[in-house]
Amino acid sequence: MRVLQAILVRLFTTAVTLAGVAVVVFVVIRVVPGNPIAMMLPPGATEEDVARLTALYGLDKGLWAQFGIWVAGVVQGDFGTSITTKAPVLELVLGRLPATLELSIMALVMAVVLGGAAALVGTRWRGGRVEASVDVANGMALSVPDFLWGLVLILLFGVLVPVFHISGRVTPSLDLPFTTGFYLFESLFRLRFDLWADLVAHMFMPALALAIPLAAIIGQLLKQSLKETMNLDYVTLARTKGYGEFRVILREALRNAALPTLTLVGVQFTFLIGGTVIIERLFSYEGLGNMAIDAVINRDLPLIQGIVVLFAVIFTAVNLVVDLLYAVLNPRLRHG
Amino acid sequence: MSFLDIRGLSVRLKKGPALLRRVSLQVQAAEVRGLVGESGAGKSMIGKAVLGILPPSVEVSEGEIFLDGVDLLRMAPSERRRKIGAVAALIPQDPLTALNPSHRIGPQITDRLVDILGWTRARAEARALELLAEVQIPDPARVMRSYPHELSGGMRQRILIASAFAAEPKLIVADEPTTALDVTVQKQILRLIAGMQARHGTALLFVTHDLGVVSKVCQKLSVLYSGLVVEDTSVAEFFTAPRHPYSAALLAATPKYTDPLAGLNPVPDAVIDAVRAEVAAFDRMRHG
Repeated sequence: MRVLQAILVRLFTTAVTLAGVAVVVFVVIRVVPGNPIAMMLPPGATEEDVARLTALYGLDKGLWAQFGIWVAGVVQGDFGTSITTKAPVLELVLGRLPATLELSIMALVMAVVLGGAAALVGTRWRGGRVEASVDVANGMALSVPDFLWGLVLILLFGVLVPVFHISGRVTPSLDLPFTTGFYLFESLFRLRFDLWADLVAHMFMPALALAIPLAAIIGQLLKQSLKETMNLDYVTLARTKGYGEFRVILREALRNAALPTLTLVGVQFTFLIGGTVIIERLFSYEGLGNMAIDAVINRDLPLIQGIVVLFAVIFTAVNLVVDLLYAVLNPRLRHG
Repeated sequence: MSFLDIRGLSVRLKKGPALLRRVSLQVQAAEVRGLVGESGAGKSMIGKAVLGILPPSVEVSEGEIFLDGVDLLRMAPSERRRKIGAVAALIPQDPLTALNPSHRIGPQITDRLVDILGWTRARAEARALELLAEVQIPDPARVMRSYPHELSGGMRQRILIASAFAAEPKLIVADEPTTALDVTVQKQILRLIAGMQARHGTALLFVTHDLGVVSKVCQKLSVLYSGLVVEDTSVAEFFTAPRHPYSAALLAATPKYTDPLAGLNPVPDAVIDAVRAEVAAFDRMRHG
């Protein structure tokens, strides 16, 4: 009963959030200067042409009338038509979504692996030079933003030692057998490891650039709570049972220490998704973020709206997943 | 040789004051030795040193701890841990914090049997069920599947006792195992530990500040003050003819439940001064 109630409350707040996002975005992009019609017409177009095109896209109507039309469409699953590409917004956005999701998830996995390893190593050899080195590395990773890491990586692995691709999602000349947009997952599923390797070689640097700051946050926080957990009675008791230190850390301490980190990772992961906008641009990665920048430059109002709403949906979904994971990891939350 | 033989063990805070001052004591197989003293006397520290769980802020400055004939302090850490895990166990003080909140009870008892001793899971589970029944837990099968937060403090302490006996250790350190419990439960738990000890023939190092507990459970007794063993005696002798004035004063300070209206007899200042002088003399002798 309580679970059902929690879910209903959650759905309601999500709906309110999304509605708020839609209103704000709709108003803001129409208030700021810049006219999509002007971008579409060649120089020297007549006043008449401008007026006709404006009326065609409904931009001559009042702000709230436009909003009403847009919402009425959205409710029926129609997010409008992109002004620049003339394609349905939903189709465009969903076409790019898998690329961004794959990049974000890859970055998250990298961050968890790197940050987790740093925390475990720092905890295992705590109080010594190893822990101090982990702290220094964390501090460095954290004090540089993701897009600068992107440039550093391009210089290192794109120019100095060119082992990874610096732009795009996949080598364009390759024949792609995919039916979904999730190339990375589908290539594994189809056992096309050659394609998988090519995708990873493209994705590695942007994902790593996104992952480094998050890895530092995870490493720092997880190490802190691991060290605190290592002094608790049940960990001490486990030590008397003859287990090695690593096993004690992994089996006894990690799960309980991971809880506060998990909450933070949820919040930080949404920042990471936000970071894809610049990183995708930097690496010419064909994802949502890259599309968002083009949409803003061209004042493609329906497309911007669609992208922003989709980002909002992703953020709320991430938070929901974090809450669920929290309940799975913490048995005390599961009952009554 | 005694099963546990501590010789001249000194422990101190790193670059700080001494916590244990050349403590020597023996525990024979199947014998129960009490460790008494006021808070901070170092009685728990002895148990921690034996089990290799001294806090990182503390170091052993001298002495030997022979457990089952080998000197723990001369062993490599991993080897020491294995040795301790194989022959000794701990009954901790606070049952509310000594069980891992995110694991079910079953694995918390059986994991060491499976992972360290190499038993099959089925055999370890059968053993755990048997032990839970022995510590008088109703419906052991259900308890095995429970999480710690679903059980009462008394139940959890019973589980920890069962877990301590699981691998049939030769020595168990009980670190004030009844202090955190409700008074009504204390007596049952005490009787349970005494019964288990007798049935399994396990040597017990019983840390407590309760002389009533000592009289019920222990055969031998070490009285500590400020990390110094001031008296090492049999329980019978301690209660009839304590040799050290501090011991006598401790004994006199124990409230008599038969006479609830009698006043408290705190340890007299003169006795405290005398025992402090003894500690100071020890330190002078060591450093001078």
